[in-house]
Amino acid sequence: MKNLLKRKGVQSLIASLLCIVLGLLLGYVVLLFINPAGAGQAILAVIRNFLNVSKANLQLKNLGNTLVKTAPLLMCSLSVLFAYKVGLFNIGVAGQYVVGAAAGLYAALQWGWGWLPCLLLAIALGAVSGAIVGMLKAYQNVNEVISGIMLNWITLYTANMILSGVTEQASPYTLHLRGNADQAILPSLGLGNLFNKHQYVTIAVPLAIILAIVVLVVLDKTRFGYELRATGNNKNAAKYAGMAEKRNIILTLMIGGALAAMGGALLYLTDFEQWSVGLSSVPGMGFNGIAAAFLGGLNPIGAIFSSYFIQHITAGGAFVDKSMYASQISDLISSIIIYLCGFVLFIKYAINTGLLRSEERALLRKQKAAAGGNTEKGGAS
Amino acid sequence: MSADTMQVIQQFLLLLQYTLIFSSVLMMVALGGCFSEHSGVINLGLEGIMVIGALGGALVMRYLPADASGLVMVLLVMLGAVVFGLVYSALLGVASINFKADQTIVGTALNMLGVAGATVLVKAINTASNPDNPSSIIEYGLPRQNFLVTFKIPVSVEGGGAERFLSFEFNWFLVVAIVMLVAAYIVLYKTRFGLRLMACGEHPQAAASVGINVLKMRWSGVLISGVYGGLGGICYIMAAVSQWEFERGVAGFGFLSLAVMIFGQWKPSRIALAALLFGLLRALSNVGTGFAALQALNIPGGVYNMMPYVICLVVLAFTSKKSRAPKAEGIPYDKGMR
Repeated sequence: MKNLLKRKGVQSLIASLLCIVLGLLLGYVVLLFINPAGAGQAILAVIRNFLNVSKANLQLKNLGNTLVKTAPLLMCSLSVLFAYKVGLFNIGVAGQYVVGAAAGLYAALQWGWGWLPCLLLAIALGAVSGAIVGMLKAYQNVNEVISGIMLNWITLYTANMILSGVTEQASPYTLHLRGNADQAILPSLGLGNLFNKHQYVTIAVPLAIILAIVVLVVLDKTRFGYELRATGNNKNAAKYAGMAEKRNIILTLMIGGALAAMGGALLYLTDFEQWSVGLSSVPGMGFNGIAAAFLGGLNPIGAIFSSYFIQHITAGGAFVDKSMYASQISDLISSIIIYLCGFVLFIKYAINTGLLRSEERALLRKQKAAAGGNTEKGGAS
Repeated sequence: MSADTMQVIQQFLLLLQYTLIFSSVLMMVALGGCFSEHSGVINLGLEGIMVIGALGGALVMRYLPADASGLVMVLLVMLGAVVFGLVYSALLGVASINFKADQTIVGTALNMLGVAGATVLVKAINTASNPDNPSSIIEYGLPRQNFLVTFKIPVSVEGGGAERFLSFEFNWFLVVAIVMLVAAYIVLYKTRFGLRLMACGEHPQAAASVGINVLKMRWSGVLISGVYGGLGGICYIMAAVSQWEFERGVAGFGFLSLAVMIFGQWKPSRIALAALLFGLLRALSNVGTGFAALQALNIPGGVYNMMPYVICLVVLAFTSKKSRAPKAEGIPYDKGMR
């Protein structure tokens, strides 16, 4: 039991589960505070999500919706955790996601590109966006959080301006791909049929999962990944060991940007959502990606589950009784969970000190027992 | 005066009005960030603090009887915003100062929590009073009038017709903002407290070695940023409209204030100038199309909106190597570190 607790993975899992339980509990308290009559029902509705509907085929449809939104979130969280391994906080993920969405949509609607070139363009531009942050960091020592935030907003306004050329008439929403740019819709390869002929479930979902595994392999099994982790653990040590620290910073942020932008394209090239050029704030997907990355214990496989979980409760919010509560209760719960993720280090520290103390106590007991057994006199004095 | 001239003057007055009020918002929030960062805590949650501060003020306006006197109304609204901002910023303080949490995660969480929390709360209030109104809007058309002094200057326009007016709305928040600026300057540079606070952001271990309580100072910095952020929030939502939809947050003004703070190099006087510049750009994106000359240039509003961020990024690129940023910001205080 104790040996199990010592393992880092187990500690991360405990910390994440603790954050989730506390987040749901606090969400429940908020619901109680608003209206105690339906609070239990409402929190169950959030947790159940697609299980709220009784028909099997409708359940599948709702599960499909959740999965469609899980793919981009997973990509964003991969972007965050990849950069974090090198000690970089890629808050620019939110803007890079927008880069991907805008590039994909514009190439599809304006130039009539197919889905693959659209996706590749999104990835390339995302990498450029990441490279800007990376170069500012590597050569000019600009804090990546600050430059990331600035780029988020620059990107949002640019995307709105560019996409206003491809909107529906007298509407802030971009044209539907279906009917206007069918060639740009991601292929389903029969996946949609698994979810009751769900037209939006596409290769995006398996693609995101495959990339999670790729990220895991790159980080854990390659020399490049080793260098990145070494740089993250101790920048100077890595530098003196001959690793190209600057190149690694730039490459990391480029990959992070590419991953996030791919996420944006993976959502908008399904035609599941239309972009509104009236958006006045950077979409929350990237910021949720930060949540998913930390909730998943900064592990790519963990991120698959945490991304799904966050989208699961977000979709679940739609099932609360609207005459009493707002569906944003699930946003509230996710943001509480992110806040609690800030305490993960402390939780791990607490587990470790707890373990250490109990070990010390055990050792002391042993010594005492040994002392007591050997010399009766010594024990009495 | 011809009708055209009058039109142009009116547009200028409108631009001035927007510039002043937006600059006030940016300046107050940026000064808040300045206090927090000088104490050593990066406050990325300013956007969320603004939303919650705005919520506090808006709730006061919703529940205060309409016949309350103007001065009482103004003071209570500001008090509401300050208290909400202060309490909310304590979430950052607990996590980042006492539990040494990552300040970037906590700040990001506060931004999301602010919008989500305010939306849930306002929707609950609205549906409770009227089940058919599940919106996140609070209206404050009447109470807002207490904050405004509207000047109407009669002008005679050639060609006759009815008498016409040039109008200009003066907002009492401009005065509040200036008072808060002076206060920030005096506190930071002229008091023992301010100098100690800044020491904690530069080299906390050195500060501690001469008997300064670093944790207390950092707490003060964070809470003061909550006060400034809350005031900025209520000022922002009352700047131009008489109702606010809390789902929309504060449209990036918290982040824009971070840009103001950086462009102002963490100094109150420069922050004031930076706020004026960025406030003007923001105002241009709102009312710039009213000018024939600007209309001819055909610059989309988005360009004005992004300019502050571009400027800030360029400034950062050239100054970060010898940045004025507090040296120890973002690093949790560790007694044992040298």
